[in-house]
Amino acid sequence: MAPAVLTLFLWMIVPLVMTLYYAFVNYNLLEPGAHTFAGLNDFRYFVTDPDFWPAVWNTLLLIGTVIVITVVFGVLLALLVNEPFPGRGVVRVLLISPFFVMPTVNALLWKNMMMNPIYGVLADVWRAFGATPVDWMTNWPLLSVIIIVAWQWLPFACLIFITSLQSLDREQMEAARMDGASAPQRFFYLTLPHLGRPMSVVIMIEMIFLLSVYAEIAITTSGGPGNASTNITYMIYKQALLGFNVGVASAGAVFAVILANIVAVFLVRIIGKNLD
Amino acid sequence: MPPRNFLPVTLRTLVAWVVTLLLFFPLGWVFLTSFKTELQAIHVPPLFVFHPTLENFSLVQQRSDYLLFARNSLYTSVGSTFLGLLIAVPAAYSMAFFKTRHTRDILLWMLSTKMMPAVGALIPVYVMCQTAGMLDSVPALIIVYTLSNLPIMVWILFTNYKEVPGEILEAARMDGANLWKEFRHVVLPLTIGGLASTGLLCLVLSWNEAFWALNLTSAKAGTLAVMIASYSSPEGLFWAKLSAASTMAIAPIIVFGWLCQKQLVQGLTFGAVK
Repeated sequence: MAPAVLTLFLWMIVPLVMTLYYAFVNYNLLEPGAHTFAGLNDFRYFVTDPDFWPAVWNTLLLIGTVIVITVVFGVLLALLVNEPFPGRGVVRVLLISPFFVMPTVNALLWKNMMMNPIYGVLADVWRAFGATPVDWMTNWPLLSVIIIVAWQWLPFACLIFITSLQSLDREQMEAARMDGASAPQRFFYLTLPHLGRPMSVVIMIEMIFLLSVYAEIAITTSGGPGNASTNITYMIYKQALLGFNVGVASAGAVFAVILANIVAVFLVRIIGKNLD
Repeated sequence: MPPRNFLPVTLRTLVAWVVTLLLFFPLGWVFLTSFKTELQAIHVPPLFVFHPTLENFSLVQQRSDYLLFARNSLYTSVGSTFLGLLIAVPAAYSMAFFKTRHTRDILLWMLSTKMMPAVGALIPVYVMCQTAGMLDSVPALIIVYTLSNLPIMVWILFTNYKEVPGEILEAARMDGANLWKEFRHVVLPLTIGGLASTGLLCLVLSWNEAFWALNLTSAKAGTLAVMIASYSSPEGLFWAKLSAASTMAIAPIIVFGWLCQKQLVQGLTFGAVK
């Protein structure tokens, strides 16, 4: 069985090692020639970029907000559709749909048909209430991205909570009610603890995917205006493909891996027990 | 006997349907818009009732050969799913049943590589593809997708295999089962659901992947995500065609997802839901 693990290891470590190598050399696609050793210069350049701290902040804000939104609304929605009601099957099917939509389509449809300040549906809703339509991408760039990403991930969270609620002990619930526990009490002492494990799973998976949100930003705001909606991933992308600076981009990638590992360790401390 | 729920059923039904329809609205709207003319698509206020046309769909096929992109999408997602399972199954198997001190660390490390933005590995991968003469080819995309999905696949399979009681394996070995028989007749039947959901998830992820497809392929091996990107004109006022293309790109995977949602969820829960 060792060969399988070894293959896996090799498959994943080769790009990583190459990235590490590039991170320590001067390598710009516009300046062909030898890759001279650069020491920590690439890292210094990346970290002192004026976009750097805003990008770190935006990355964390994006992850945090989307996770809070999806977990809170996911639980509420799951509670809402947990008991049978007319058309529950159809509701479930419709609810899960956004999860299957590719990020490119998702971003394009929100940018154009929903959030366009003139022709978009949201603009029309705003007008219907007598308000001035909002130019989402210009005035609320990060919020727009958050809405788009949260819309895509809400079904995932919701579905996992629905599945989990199915296994909640109904007799225990009944007993608690008989003993006079109110609805909020039943929620906080029975339902919520039951959802602890699925919550940690949702948080972990979303974190993995949200750290590298790219298409939703590239297609809607291109990280702007300025750096208002630039996250680490998009910043690296700008360095590599718009600035042609492979060395600095690789340093950024290494930084992102380190950030990811810090987050992961932090995460494992808090919720890791649930994953064993 | 008090009512079972603090919200009466009718009210709850109403709220559930309203919320669901609101959440589904953007997708429904794309579907609707794909049957409009360009003028109807940007009509203010938005039109709900109109004379539908199928023109957009044939225009998309004409302009960008939908069928070619769809075939590429199908090949890459199915190919990477099978290749991924071929590697992930033995890996997860050995991790679950021949545990060492480092198993947990290796798993976490694998997952953390998944957190690395793909762009960080873009240049090395691009250079490798170029050297091997595999730019804009389906096999290259299959390999990259397999690679990027492996951590998640191994993790899901691992959580599944871990649930198999050691005693059963012990008994099978006592009866003289070799490794293959042990897997084929004991572990596989017990974890077939996990295997299915791992495959399904990989299929969905590969179908929807855009970053690698955009950077490694173009006209020959491009997937549907590449086709869609070609419709994002800066003005973005060709909404009817954009909608038609979007509908054609996401319809197969959404219908597929609807059919398999139960299986899929089982795997996505990572063993969190007993």
